Amino acid sequence: MKEDTLNKRPKRFGMVIDLDRCTGCGACMVACYAENNIPFKADESNKLDSINWMRVFKITNGKPYPHTEVCYIPMMCMQCEGREGDGHAPCVSVCPAVATDYDHETGVISQIYTRCFGCRYCMAACPYHARKFNWWDPAWPADMENYLSPNVSPRMRGVVEKCSFCYHRYQLARDRAYYEGRDEIAEKEYQPACVEACPTRAITFGDLNNPGHAVHRLKNSPNAFRLLEKLHTTPKVYYLTRRTWVRRAGDNYLADEHLNTARKRIIRQQGAVK
Amino acid sequence: MSKTSWIPEGVKRCSGRRFALGMAAVTAVLAWGVYAMFLVWYKGLNQTNMNDAYGFALWIWADLAVIALGGGAFFTGFLTYILGQEKLKGIINYAVIIGFICYSSALLILAIDIGQPLRGWFIFWHANVHSMLTEVAFCLSCYFAVLTIEFIPLILENPRLDRVPFLHHLSHNMHGIMAVFAATGVFLSFFHQGSLGGVTGVLFGRPFGYREGIFIWPWTFFLFTWSAAACGPCFTLLITWITEKITRKTLVKPDVKQLLAKISGWMLITYIIAKIADTIYWALVTAPSMGFTLMDFYSNNPVYGIWILIAEIVVCGVVPGLILITRTGRENAFLLMLSAFLAVMGCCINRWVMVLQVMAVPLFSFNEWYMYTPSWQEVATTILPVAYGVIVISLAYRYLPVFPQERELNPAD
Repeated sequence: MKEDTLNKRPKRFGMVIDLDRCTGCGACMVACYAENNIPFKADESNKLDSINWMRVFKITNGKPYPHTEVCYIPMMCMQCEGREGDGHAPCVSVCPAVATDYDHETGVISQIYTRCFGCRYCMAACPYHARKFNWWDPAWPADMENYLSPNVSPRMRGVVEKCSFCYHRYQLARDRAYYEGRDEIAEKEYQPACVEACPTRAITFGDLNNPGHAVHRLKNSPNAFRLLEKLHTTPKVYYLTRRTWVRRAGDNYLADEHLNTARKRIIRQQGAVK
Repeated sequence: MSKTSWIPEGVKRCSGRRFALGMAAVTAVLAWGVYAMFLVWYKGLNQTNMNDAYGFALWIWADLAVIALGGGAFFTGFLTYILGQEKLKGIINYAVIIGFICYSSALLILAIDIGQPLRGWFIFWHANVHSMLTEVAFCLSCYFAVLTIEFIPLILENPRLDRVPFLHHLSHNMHGIMAVFAATGVFLSFFHQGSLGGVTGVLFGRPFGYREGIFIWPWTFFLFTWSAAACGPCFTLLITWITEKITRKTLVKPDVKQLLAKISGWMLITYIIAKIADTIYWALVTAPSMGFTLMDFYSNNPVYGIWILIAEIVVCGVVPGLILITRTGRENAFLLMLSAFLAVMGCCINRWVMVLQVMAVPLFSFNEWYMYTPSWQEVATTILPVAYGVIVISLAYRYLPVFPQERELNPAD
């Protein structure tokens, strides 16, 4: 009964990242590597063929000193809901073998490594470059293999992988709740590794549908925005910043287009869809 | 009973020694491609210069291009068997062979391109009905089977094989029902050519490739089918011309070529009008709604300037289209072949931009354009189908009655 109850409450797990707090330290990336058994190359200077489920971008306002401002943007899979908000994310609808799917119970987009045959259509579809291909066989230094997480399966050469919001942590939290006779997991019971690792608490994670979760409130902040909203991918990762130039850098605007007007139009369109 | 030759009666072919020498040269190129192919299969896609930004690259372009150019088979078959253009029987065999080569090459390239080749069958087993690639895989495989069926009767017409009563009757009966296969081929081709257009057209996360459309089909779905029907026959004409130059013979009557060229010309000119309309709507409505202007896609990078759009639409679309629909243009052998060449180039440019430029365009204001140069392994495996095509055409020309008008046009043989 309890298992059924747990499964019958649809959630929309999402993230809110406060860019004004992010220092670009990269702790989230390191935590992600360790948590998810992400392999790395001896030379990681070419980021276009290295695997990183989360990557921190550095952007500037383009102004000369002393007016220069810097912002760091951590980017991972945006767990998009698609144009109609029905789970037809850019990557999900194109995968020819249903190797990636939208879980309507959690809002997390899965990746089935043993079903993926490496056509990379999902990578072509993703505007965030969140999907990474295993160009090489995964390899770790010999003694490091002893420290791989038993909860996450390593991926083989020739398949695509991406951020799963540490879904295994959700499974563990749910199992624990079931064992303890609870039919709901608490907000803090399921937090991805990057959230826990962030020293400035820039990343907040939870159920966007749950008014009791912090993300529910934060996503409605006037300073909240999502990346490339105009493409109508409907991401579940939100960003916060008070800086207008950062919000403008998060999307593409025509020269005469005002940021707030454009955003209001998008929100109106998405509201109409839902 | 005298021994029947392997070479069709009444035609002249080069000596076996000369043929073998020519084959050896092409086989060397083929071997280079095969070596690269096994290297990719053994070591993985790290042998390419693709990366996470360029997941689709040279191979997917080659796939799209050869399938479009192989479209001459389905469209010529449609004209010959369904619309009853009997005159085109002078070239239909060759169109089928070229189509067979193109489609088998496309399947081979796909087998090299996927990261887990042994799982290729998952596309059929775990099929996602929402994916354009699924539709491509099903229609492509089915149409390749149809092309094989269309090719078999021609193979059975080899003089030696034709002596076997069963094979003779099989070939005869297959010819009798070829209209059914031609119709099936047209149906399948319409969908997979369209689906290949849909592969990019549905990518709503990629403003350069995304197009609106009707129901589930973006405009590129129809444009790809249309352009394949227009440019495929031009490719058939071009290869026929090259074959004639190499063999130093006229193999197809000029009126046959001109009829095919005329139909291609009208297809091309109507296609290019639709393409211009599509481009205008995309530039003025679709792209701006996503925050992009037309020139955002054609500036700030070392390769993709507005020249590529002009080359595709004007130089390789409007110009050959206008030449092919005029009698004087068609009757001039040089202009005819120049137009066919330009149309083929236009189709290849279209497939190139719809694959590689889509990947190259940066989507964030803080990103640069993504540039890509293929590795030698990618180049070799892309040339591999060309060598394979030359070998198949050489064997077919030598041993099969590919051109029914050859004897009449070359009586000295």
